[in-house]
Amino acid sequence: MIKDNYIKLRNISKKFNEVTAVDSLDLDIREGEFFSLLGPSGCGKTTLLRILAGFEYPTTGSVFIDDSEVTNQTPNLRPSNMVFQNYAIFPHINVQRNIEFGLRKEKLSKQELDLRVNESLKMVQLEGYEERFSNQLSGGQRQRVALARALVKRPKVLLLDEPLGALDKKLREEMQIELRNLQKDLGITFIFVTHDQEEAMTMSDRVAVMNEGKILQISPPKELYNNPINKFVSEFIGNINLLESKTITQNNQDLSLDILGVGKQDFKKNNFNYILSDNIFVALRPEDIYIKKEKIENVDINIHGVVKNVSFYGESTYFYVKVKGIKKLLMVSNYVDQVSINENDECNLGFNLKDIKLVS
Amino acid sequence: MYRKNSSLFIYCIFYFGFLYIPVLLLPIFSFNDSFHMVFPLKGFTFDWYIEMWNKARLHQALWNSIKVGIIASIISTFIALFAAKAFTRYKVKFSGLSYGAILLPFIIPEIIIAVAFIVIWTSMGLKLGLIPITISHVLYCTPFCLLILISRMEGFDKSLEEASMDLGENAFGTFWRITLPLLLPGIVASLLLSFVISFDEFILAFFLSSSDQTLPIYMWSQLRFPKKLPHVLALGAIIIVATSFIVMLSYWFRNIGQSKNNKNLEI
Repeated sequence: MIKDNYIKLRNISKKFNEVTAVDSLDLDIREGEFFSLLGPSGCGKTTLLRILAGFEYPTTGSVFIDDSEVTNQTPNLRPSNMVFQNYAIFPHINVQRNIEFGLRKEKLSKQELDLRVNESLKMVQLEGYEERFSNQLSGGQRQRVALARALVKRPKVLLLDEPLGALDKKLREEMQIELRNLQKDLGITFIFVTHDQEEAMTMSDRVAVMNEGKILQISPPKELYNNPINKFVSEFIGNINLLESKTITQNNQDLSLDILGVGKQDFKKNNFNYILSDNIFVALRPEDIYIKKEKIENVDINIHGVVKNVSFYGESTYFYVKVKGIKKLLMVSNYVDQVSINENDECNLGFNLKDIKLVS
Repeated sequence: MYRKNSSLFIYCIFYFGFLYIPVLLLPIFSFNDSFHMVFPLKGFTFDWYIEMWNKARLHQALWNSIKVGIIASIISTFIALFAAKAFTRYKVKFSGLSYGAILLPFIIPEIIIAVAFIVIWTSMGLKLGLIPITISHVLYCTPFCLLILISRMEGFDKSLEEASMDLGENAFGTFWRITLPLLLPGIVASLLLSFVISFDEFILAFFLSSSDQTLPIYMWSQLRFPKKLPHVLALGAIIIVATSFIVMLSYWFRNIGQSKNNKNLEI
């Protein structure tokens, strides 16, 4: 039976002097899930992770791991282990002894110890590195040692504090896939802190987007991308165009907006199952806007603009289009070679109502 | 490439000359076959060193200085170790104030400490001798130890200690298995430096000693007799060499592994 609230945070607040880092927050994390805490720096995600690890104690609230309360337990007594941002490999002992470090209390025989160390080194593909010291390892290898050292303890939860931030792009992408596979194989609950939305999206079962000490939305990556709950989330995840609007009427069923640069538009409110304020933005992903020189058929809304900038990204091209009445340039993406439009060309843009997200 | 700057070079020569030529006179005259410290040199001799070797009171003073130095350096390093841990790792109330208080012996004239100490010590009815000298040396050495250990402590990443806690060690185990080994070069440097400071210290020892002399006091007492000057020069020469060596050793220890640690931090 997989528990939905394997990790349970209730009413967690953390204040540093006058600054509120985490603000009365509730969170349930499933057993065996890859869960990411995503947010800009200073949003409280690292503080939250450190509260889970026991390096910080919450000002209010309680923490449960697998039904037992750990709120006031010191880190050494908790069934969680952490991979630190800078790996924190002990520099004065070699890889073997780094990995053994946490097993001392288990009173294993030398043979069992070697077996466990070997097993975890195999897990991170670092066999044969037992005698190395931290300064003889590359960044990626240190990262693996840190991972092995935490996993050898067979924790109930593995906490990862931006562990990929220091690696270069290619290695980071490899490690993302490797981490994901490792997590699936082991079935251990991973809680992963990152400010990189791409990283969170590619690896996680669910992502919690945080800002100013609060969790704004918890969803699987696709859901997060397609149905952002508010303006902050929509802007933080992927690229998006936000069109300003004026609310003409809003009641329980219907919503009528005057979208700047587009015109009056009616929406059925039951398509948007959350409450909107009066200051509503119409959000459109760049790939949901069609761009052509000639008139676009079979779309709900057609507008006209001038291309100001074209950026080529390999698999796609981004057009930045000036539309009369819209302050910011509209971002439109298109696959290579589908259209040949240059800077300063006039163009037609089209999109469908079903692709519109309303946020505030 | 450095451009040669002759005026700077001359300045350097003067600077080092001013600092070290008087000191170098000591070893030179210690080999001079005359009771008087005047040029021209007379002839080469080892006599003063041999004479020094045969002085029983000098041996006693040397032994006293070593005893005081060892005990004072161990105690002050110990105190500084825990203070450094507190200042760098915990949020201590009044930390600025207590930090200042520990460093105060740096700026208070030694003679004032000495006078204050002797007043308190004798008014408590206690005897002067090696014990009050040792205690005052602890007071005097601790700021040096603290500065060395704090810089060492700040040189290694706090997350190493957190990682140890995370892997199941309690505070004591973490200190024993992580903090102490990483601080060890700093601790050795602190021991050596405070030993040298105590060994060379004159004013506190002068005020607080009774019949038990430390080496600097012994030397001072010998200076009154012109015939005894040469063997004090010989002793001085040896002390200069020995303390320079220990101080260099302490700097070497202080920096050991430090650059290696920094390499670990850059990724």
